Amino acid sequence: MAGGAPTPTEYVKHHITNLSVGDGLWTFHLDTLVVSFVLGVFFLSFFVLAARRATAGVPGKLQNFVEMLVDFVDTSVKDSFHGPREFVAPLALTIFAWVFLWNIMDLIPVDYLPLFSFKVLGLDYTRVVPSADINAPFGLSITVLLIIIFYAIKGKGVGGYGKELLHHPFGSSPFLWPANLLLNIVELIAKPVSLALRLFGNLYAAELIFVLIALLPWWVQFLPGGIWAIFHILVIPLQAFIFMTLTIVYISLAYEDH
Amino acid sequence: MDLSIGTLIGQAGTFLVFIWVTMKFVWPPLVQAMEERRQKIAEGLAQSDEAEKVLAHAQAEAEGIIKEARVKAGDIIEQASQRGNQMIEQAREEAMAEQARRVEAAEGEIRQATNQAREALRERVAELAVTGASRVIEKEIDAAKHRDILDKLAQEL
Repeated sequence: MAGGAPTPTEYVKHHITNLSVGDGLWTFHLDTLVVSFVLGVFFLSFFVLAARRATAGVPGKLQNFVEMLVDFVDTSVKDSFHGPREFVAPLALTIFAWVFLWNIMDLIPVDYLPLFSFKVLGLDYTRVVPSADINAPFGLSITVLLIIIFYAIKGKGVGGYGKELLHHPFGSSPFLWPANLLLNIVELIAKPVSLALRLFGNLYAAELIFVLIALLPWWVQFLPGGIWAIFHILVIPLQAFIFMTLTIVYISLAYEDH
Repeated sequence: MDLSIGTLIGQAGTFLVFIWVTMKFVWPPLVQAMEERRQKIAEGLAQSDEAEKVLAHAQAEAEGIIKEARVKAGDIIEQASQRGNQMIEQAREEAMAEQARRVEAAEGEIRQATNQAREALRERVAELAVTGASRVIEKEIDAAKHRDILDKLAQEL
């Protein structure tokens, strides 16, 4: 969008470049941060409003909708996690709602918001799908990793968890400790990585396909665009649900003895 | 795919804050409201069950009362019809007694009248006989002297 007619390569590259501040690893992707924050505030204010007005009597439409979500998440958590749910269930709800809203940003036609922020706000780059920026899913999944470790210690105690790290899966002989520990660490790291990459991969690919469709002549875009969008409507809640469910399962595995 | 620690930490922090908000302000009131509603519904259902039982009980009771009333009514009708029959019977008996009494009285009267007539006739016949006999024998018969003969004659009539 930065002046002149871009070549296809320039166009695609432009679409997958974040609005950044700072250098190297300490770069801040402002678009990801702002968009995901706004989305989070949006669903939270929505939920808080419903919770404020919550009544045990006949629920309104808003309350009905939110209660449906709460019930759905609560059931999902109940199915795989058998410990206390005061923290895990809200965590699951937050993940589901937030990731869902991240993903749904993919359905906004790819040029609308970047064009808006360029023309109105004067920003050169804007990526509106937080889940297609690897840092957002990783931010989530690394937090989830910390929660998993916290729950492992909470469920088994520091000693118990340490013992599990050293003794499983091969055996408790001290000669096997390094191998056990290595394997457990790999397993532990694989969890957030797989969580984040699954979400990122799906949404990044989807975004890229929307960008590619946008390169087609305008009169034919509706056909592949429409088909891809309809397919994507399935992916959006599915990925949010998978992220949520796997988080619960991981916490449950960490919390309970196998 | 460019990793940016700043974004990552920013996202993680935002995430934690959001979880906290959800845990503090969203989840408990909603779950509580849902639980309360569930209890209310359960209570309502229990009450409706109870009401149904009470209704069934009342219905059974009502049926019993109706049955009893029906039996009573039948008894009353029976009694009334008996009483009616009795009254009719009584009235008939009375009527028949009255009739018999009246017939008897009438017969008595008739008998009396017959006797009187017979008596009168008898006297008249005695007179006639005396008159007749005196005419036959052209001689006055002393009525007083021959009274017993005349009476005997009259008796034979």
